[in-house]
Amino acid sequence: MTGTYLIQFLNGLSDAASLFLVSAGLSLIFGVSRVVNMAHGSFYMIGAYLAYYIISLLPKNGLLFCLGIFLSSISVGLVGVILETVILRRLYKAPELFILMATFSVVLIIQDLSLWIFGAEDLLGPKMPGMDGSIKILGSYIPQYNLFLIAVAFMILFLLWFLLNKTRWGLFIRAATEDREMLSGLGVNEKWLFTGAFFLGSTLAGLGGAVQLPVGGADLMMDLNVIAEAFVVVVVGGMGSIGGAFLASLLIGELTSFGILIIPQSTLVMTFFIMAVVLILRPYGLFGRAQIHRRLMEEIEDPPLIPPSKRVKATTCIVLLLIFIIPIFFRGFQLVLLSEIAIFSLACMSLYFMMGPGGMISFGHAAFFGGGAYSAALLVHYLHLPMELTLLLSPIFIFLLASIIGWFCVRLSGVYLAMLTLAFSQILWAAVKQWKFLGGDDGILGIWPSKWASNEVTFYYLTMIVSISGILCLRYLLFTPFGYGMRGCRDSPLMAEAIGINIKMHQWLSFSISGMFAGLAGALYAFSKGSVFPYEISIFRSFDILLSVLLGGMHSISGPIVGAGTFIWLEDMISRFHFWRLILGLIFLLLVIGFPKGISGVINKKLFRFFHPQTEIN
Amino acid sequence: MKDLRNMCWAFAVLSLFIILNGIAYASNTIKIGDINSYSKLVSFTIPYRNGWMLAQNEINSSGGVLGKRLEVISRDDAGKPGNAVKIAEELIRRERVALLIGSYFSHVGLALTDFAKRYRVFYLAAEPLSDAIVWSKGNRYTFRLRPSTYMQAAMLAEEAAKHPVKRWATIAPNYAYGKDAVSAFKKILKRKRPDVEFVAEQWPALFKINAGAEIQALIKANPEAVYNVTFGSDLAKFVREGRLRGFFKGRFMVSQLTGEPEYLDPLKDEAPVGWLVTGYPWYDIDTDEHKRFLDAYRRRYHDYPRMGSVVGYNTMWAVAYMLRKAKSTDTDKMIEAMEGLTFTSPFGPITFRKIDHQSTMGTFVGYTSLKGNKGIMVKWKYMDGRYYLPTDEEVRRLRPYP
Repeated sequence: MTGTYLIQFLNGLSDAASLFLVSAGLSLIFGVSRVVNMAHGSFYMIGAYLAYYIISLLPKNGLLFCLGIFLSSISVGLVGVILETVILRRLYKAPELFILMATFSVVLIIQDLSLWIFGAEDLLGPKMPGMDGSIKILGSYIPQYNLFLIAVAFMILFLLWFLLNKTRWGLFIRAATEDREMLSGLGVNEKWLFTGAFFLGSTLAGLGGAVQLPVGGADLMMDLNVIAEAFVVVVVGGMGSIGGAFLASLLIGELTSFGILIIPQSTLVMTFFIMAVVLILRPYGLFGRAQIHRRLMEEIEDPPLIPPSKRVKATTCIVLLLIFIIPIFFRGFQLVLLSEIAIFSLACMSLYFMMGPGGMISFGHAAFFGGGAYSAALLVHYLHLPMELTLLLSPIFIFLLASIIGWFCVRLSGVYLAMLTLAFSQILWAAVKQWKFLGGDDGILGIWPSKWASNEVTFYYLTMIVSISGILCLRYLLFTPFGYGMRGCRDSPLMAEAIGINIKMHQWLSFSISGMFAGLAGALYAFSKGSVFPYEISIFRSFDILLSVLLGGMHSISGPIVGAGTFIWLEDMISRFHFWRLILGLIFLLLVIGFPKGISGVINKKLFRFFHPQTEIN
Repeated sequence: MKDLRNMCWAFAVLSLFIILNGIAYASNTIKIGDINSYSKLVSFTIPYRNGWMLAQNEINSSGGVLGKRLEVISRDDAGKPGNAVKIAEELIRRERVALLIGSYFSHVGLALTDFAKRYRVFYLAAEPLSDAIVWSKGNRYTFRLRPSTYMQAAMLAEEAAKHPVKRWATIAPNYAYGKDAVSAFKKILKRKRPDVEFVAEQWPALFKINAGAEIQALIKANPEAVYNVTFGSDLAKFVREGRLRGFFKGRFMVSQLTGEPEYLDPLKDEAPVGWLVTGYPWYDIDTDEHKRFLDAYRRRYHDYPRMGSVVGYNTMWAVAYMLRKAKSTDTDKMIEAMEGLTFTSPFGPITFRKIDHQSTMGTFVGYTSLKGNKGIMVKWKYMDGRYYLPTDEEVRRLRPYP
């Protein structure tokens, strides 16, 4: 029996080893450049594919195998350097969320390019010659390669420690992690330091992908699978801390490994559960420190919201009028598309409410959007409530849900807050996926609108009225003292506190309100689709909403609406092509580099004089 | 500046051309809307597309259907059920398709099943395996081609019952398909062999298997036989780790879908030996119908067919035969024609049952083996789907909506 536990411990250790290699690179890059590099998982994937092909070209030999792994890691490092110098270097002045979006578009591009270059088939990794057997320990077998992996991880840990603590370059890296401005003030060339960190980080990602080949393989889904886990490790360990990443990998590797033994169903949530617990107990991860002045939105010269001028009001009225007469001219699919845009605009507006003026980033907004959809579906399915009552009750439930989640989240800030929202949404996702009462994977079907609203034109008007009132409601709130208070808490917490605003309370309330309106959007969405599935709570839905908001721009209230419209329209237009992810990625990239203020930012700049003839531009 | 103006002109002309082209195109065809997750699980969906394209080509070059050509408008749902519903709305409203086919994931298939019911659209679910599509959530407008989770599990359980082993364990991906398969397999095996016991269940997350730890947990339970439902990259990891840890030695392994080329071929020379699997031994089937299909497929794509290719091919032909029988694209007429429709597929005759709209397309059950450095199926036989469905009374109980 002890044999089983010992083997399970070693299994956990070797899983921790591969986790550590990926997340160490991610942590290093974040620590130095503050880039939340979504493409890190893609580098991991490229590493695996490259190593597969390089190794298959070389003769079978243990040393040449290691050479293959080395070569592919270095090549991935060079890809990382290209990403840094060609794209990211232009963006360091932009808010970090835009860098996040840029790296996310790289993820999309690499996905399609890999499909094109490497093909669709899953590849089973080659075994390492000389390390392809297993060793018997206390009556059970453990593959030799797992022990090799553990050794590699310890070696890399030592090398990183040496590099960071005993070399001059490492000194700069640590200094950059502590205080970037001071370092450049002292005359160190930041650019090369960043490029170097990217090279090292990406090399580690490539190494992680290459070295796991003999226990896994290469497939086109490994990028997204690994990035979520790597983020969890980095956040649990404390962002930028290599030692923290090591400890967190160990914790997660061992707990999941033993979790399988005790609760076999725990596989979906274990990692996110651990993250939630750690972040609640230690808001900055195990080894992390509070981020001082490190909001994700930092450095945007965010102009104060300007009350609408007469011209803005007139334009809005014209747009509203257009929306209401459209059904006279168009029928059918155009209405469906417009309804979806309206619903998404509301969801995006709610995220903007919390992210822009509220200053709290959420990676898990789907918890509320999908939560609203599910609460509507459950009310209809189990209690047979009519649509009208459901649309009223769902936002209230989601307000309660958001206030529970928010209570934990607002105590954090920055990336940590964002990751905690993600953890909660993943836990909810696992719950609806696994619990038959909540529908499971098969979802809940048959959630159609009441009879009077089931006509497409009536439903169009219903959607429009509800979404637009929701959007206007949020907008109104931003111009009340409450809204000014929100911005005060974001921009100057000290002053806000001094004039008697209870910051945490204020944030908690705005978090919950934001969740409530996302819930309303979700409930509408459920009725428009007739069914809900766990996808609506998944991380992918969260990113849909987040990307739309970024696409529109964070500078004005019209941003989320423009963003949602553009996103839905783009997705609809280009999903007709085979390589649509590539196109979407390129468009995003172009937008981020060309229009870092988002679409509405550009429109605003061009038309500012027209809309605000009396105001001066500062 | 001049360049910019020229580009604008070029763009305008191009858009005009595309619009006009779209208008000119819509004549004398029967439009079929196809929705599948072409950007996900490409190893299954791309052969599926090849399959229906081949059939479409054959149908159109032999005079089409009702004097018209079949035109397929194919779209990618990216594995999102919401997208699938939106695309379906667009296909029926803007493109005015006569019927819908497709989908791979069960949840996407279920979303379309419900959509078909509400909008009274004919929908032929090609690949999704979920039992709910024809039973608990089944409806008048939805048909399904591929043998369901229940049918495949039943075929395996029947063979498995012939082995004397008693202590069983299961390992399946932690989502609906895995759970349905395990519960169907357990139920049927228990019915045939009341003396067996199930000693462990493992539920790895889909495509995120922690193979070493899962196998260690199975070893701890020490079963005589294991029923495996993992597939794709999970299967590869499971097989390799299991072998290294000596897990398969002396254990009887039963594994769903593993014999399909999509999942067996990536394993190369590490393909397991002696596992009881469902699959598709395209290299060995020598019926005339299959040979004809195989030759045509290889001629066109210079590649061998996968299970998905046959599913795509059968789907398109089923639609063609149905339309020929219905002589109309009216939904009620099409449903009437589809119920009880029998046609000859590469696997032999297939009937769409009137009682639950499930087709009787079967699959192959056999044992895995190695030939050179490639996994193959041996001692296989074709299991006709009609014998692996529950009794009519039970189906009526399982299917609340007629």
